[in-house]
Amino acid sequence: MGSGGKMLEKLKILVPFIALGVMASPIAASAEEGLAKPWQMNLQDAASPVMDKIHDFHSLLMVVMVGIVLFVLAILGYVCFRFSAKRNPVPSKTSHNTLLEVVWTAVPIVILIIIAIPGMRLLYFHDRAQDYEMTLKVTGHQWYWTYNYPDQGDFEFDSIPVPEGDLEPGQPRLLTVDNRVVLPVDTNIQVLITADDVIHNWAVPALGMKIDATPGRINERWVRIDKEGMYYGMCSELCGVYHSFMPIQVEAVSKEAFAKWVEQAQEEFAQNDGSSVNLVEAEQKSR
Amino acid sequence: MAYGAAAAHGEHDHHPTGWKRWVYSTNHKDIGTMYIWLSFVAAIIGGAMSWYIRLELAHPGIQYIDDFQFYNVLVTAHGFLMVFFVVMPAMIGGFGNWFVPLMIGAPDMAFPRMNNISFWLLAAALVLLVLSTVVGDGPGTGWTVYPPLSNANYQPGPSVDFGILALHVAGASSILGAVNFIVTIFNMRAPGMTMHRMPLFVWAILVTAFLLLLAVPVLAGALTMLLTDRNFGTTFFAPDGGGDPVLWQHLFWFFGHPEVYIIIIPAFGIISQVISTFSKRPVFGYLGMAYAMVSIGVVGFIVWAHHMYTVGLDADARAYFTAATLIIAVPTGIKIFSWLATMWGGSIEFETPMLCAIGFIWLFVIGGVTGVLLANAGIDFAMHDTYYVVAHFHYVMAIAAIFAMFAGWYYWIGKMSGRQYPDLLSKVQFWVFFIGVNVLFFPQHFLGLAGMPRRIPDYPDAYWGWNYVSSIGALITAVGTFMFFYIVWYTYRSGKPVTADNPWGEGATTLEWVVPSPAPFHTHEELPVIGSGGRPTTQAAPAE
Repeated sequence: MGSGGKMLEKLKILVPFIALGVMASPIAASAEEGLAKPWQMNLQDAASPVMDKIHDFHSLLMVVMVGIVLFVLAILGYVCFRFSAKRNPVPSKTSHNTLLEVVWTAVPIVILIIIAIPGMRLLYFHDRAQDYEMTLKVTGHQWYWTYNYPDQGDFEFDSIPVPEGDLEPGQPRLLTVDNRVVLPVDTNIQVLITADDVIHNWAVPALGMKIDATPGRINERWVRIDKEGMYYGMCSELCGVYHSFMPIQVEAVSKEAFAKWVEQAQEEFAQNDGSSVNLVEAEQKSR
Repeated sequence: MAYGAAAAHGEHDHHPTGWKRWVYSTNHKDIGTMYIWLSFVAAIIGGAMSWYIRLELAHPGIQYIDDFQFYNVLVTAHGFLMVFFVVMPAMIGGFGNWFVPLMIGAPDMAFPRMNNISFWLLAAALVLLVLSTVVGDGPGTGWTVYPPLSNANYQPGPSVDFGILALHVAGASSILGAVNFIVTIFNMRAPGMTMHRMPLFVWAILVTAFLLLLAVPVLAGALTMLLTDRNFGTTFFAPDGGGDPVLWQHLFWFFGHPEVYIIIIPAFGIISQVISTFSKRPVFGYLGMAYAMVSIGVVGFIVWAHHMYTVGLDADARAYFTAATLIIAVPTGIKIFSWLATMWGGSIEFETPMLCAIGFIWLFVIGGVTGVLLANAGIDFAMHDTYYVVAHFHYVMAIAAIFAMFAGWYYWIGKMSGRQYPDLLSKVQFWVFFIGVNVLFFPQHFLGLAGMPRRIPDYPDAYWGWNYVSSIGALITAVGTFMFFYIVWYTYRSGKPVTADNPWGEGATTLEWVVPSPAPFHTHEELPVIGSGGRPTTQAAPAE
């Protein structure tokens, strides 16, 4: 492709609807696309209860933040106008005002409490899996992910990024893998995450998922996907040379489709069949 | 010319000339000047790195940097240079050295020779750090140097060791400097200059010096453990030997968070002086301002894990760190409102330093509110390690600090060099830089919200638009930067001579404005006696 063609390719991105048309994959044409849109200015659309609550909290915070910024800006603008040397040649000599100082200490405290209460609720809401129905194990490596399904026969597969030249039309660059994680919708899923070399981070923005994969530790999160679709993420902790090239691709399907996929996957990734490899053993094996 | 006699004496003083004056210097003003020049040199290197990064990120795909280790090295070195070799030397070593003794009525720093070694250690550290990027593959770890990525398995070769050595040497320099400031401020105030009469800039440097003294040794300890992990087979941070990578993060951020305040508290000091001077009013709520800095310093030591919300900390621990971090917004708010109240009722002259101070408030408020958002562990799961964080910390501590440095330089250059900056050009420079940094960093909030991770040389195509805008901002900022360096050169070469002791008029009440301009080699050789309001009460110095 010449530089003109490259330029054209880039111009397309400028126009959201063209880009959307290009990106809509044939499989998930009617389903949710969990990735950023061109010129996106806000969070990705929520596809999990956690992300829903993050959206709500973010909306509250935006009101507070914009309010504070506008308030300060208004005062700043007013004093610059009203108290310029031209308009106010004689400066006041007042140097303190106890009541005013108490007010501007107390009011921020009240605002912070207003923020902290929903903030704490959110924090505890997405801390631990409650009544989870299945577990997904995730292991980060330089530079790919391994997924393990302990409750579906303990099969395991590597998820390798697809190089740019091998992408099929509609597959987003830097976000597509060969074997994606397939998960059922409307299911509480416990996710256990570790790494076997350096620290990685398993992040899927539309699901509100982000947690470090640290060697020697197993971190726990939970996810419940509301809508069928394809959700994308990228490693979110600097992990070396190819840090930007280890994407995460999660496909959420109906429970029936998931059961079917499990049957196929059990055959395809049979090398693990019957064994009871757990993360700790995987950790030992890797040494 | 209250100090005419002393000044005349100062000008007659013999001081070494040529290279000996600088290399052997024990004079707080000369050392301060050298710190500022070191900061300029590092700013050009660190700035060039950031422009190269933005050039790469202007378009999706790989444009210029096809060696991704090199990209990571750029990211790492840009952070180290800007934090340790641009902002800290300019504000603490540069303005601190120059103006703390002048403002408290001391003839020099308490330990002039230690002052010399502080500077030259830092100069050596700068050389080591730059070398670390060119020996071997360079340190591709980010400035946070998280193991295991920074361990010998993943960063072989001498680069990281060079970097560790550079930080050790820079840290020793900082600790010696901090000791010097603490001793000077506690023991060498002129008669009548009580703690509660000290200018806020002196308070700022005092608080900063304590932060340095308590935080830097923790970094030194952690770095030493990393060094022995890398070279001598210890496993402090290696899980296969019973160590823990997260331990490093706790130690690093126990240093790293106070480090943020080490950068911004001197900026608070400069901004307070500038706003008071150009509003022609004493700072509103002086005591509140001083103790707000003290409390920010204290609380700054107990919030470090808000950098670590995704490492897998217990929810209760995250709840604590969320609450503690939110509390910092209170003293910070006190500072913002006090600056506004100082301007309220003032008679404001919009000289260039004042423009920079107003710019500082704007940037600091934006960076501050996003900081309140990020303090919440609950929502940090959407923001952690994205460009939202990059935008936040550049607003709140990088470009805000740069504007404080501009404000300080424009405010004091007449006193330091005896020449004034070109007025119109400096105002144009302010606007170009101000627009540039906002175009550069504001869109990065959008990128972060949309989920773009930090420290990546290439990004999914959807992030192109705002990245392109951001890179245009970097270009504008580059123009503003070169304009600043042109102004520096122009001021020294043909700036208008400053003849008055106090070119700023009634608002400039601190003691550096009662000595001649440029400040003679020795000042306050006979100690002034300070009355209420921090002004000298007597023309002549008291008898011993």
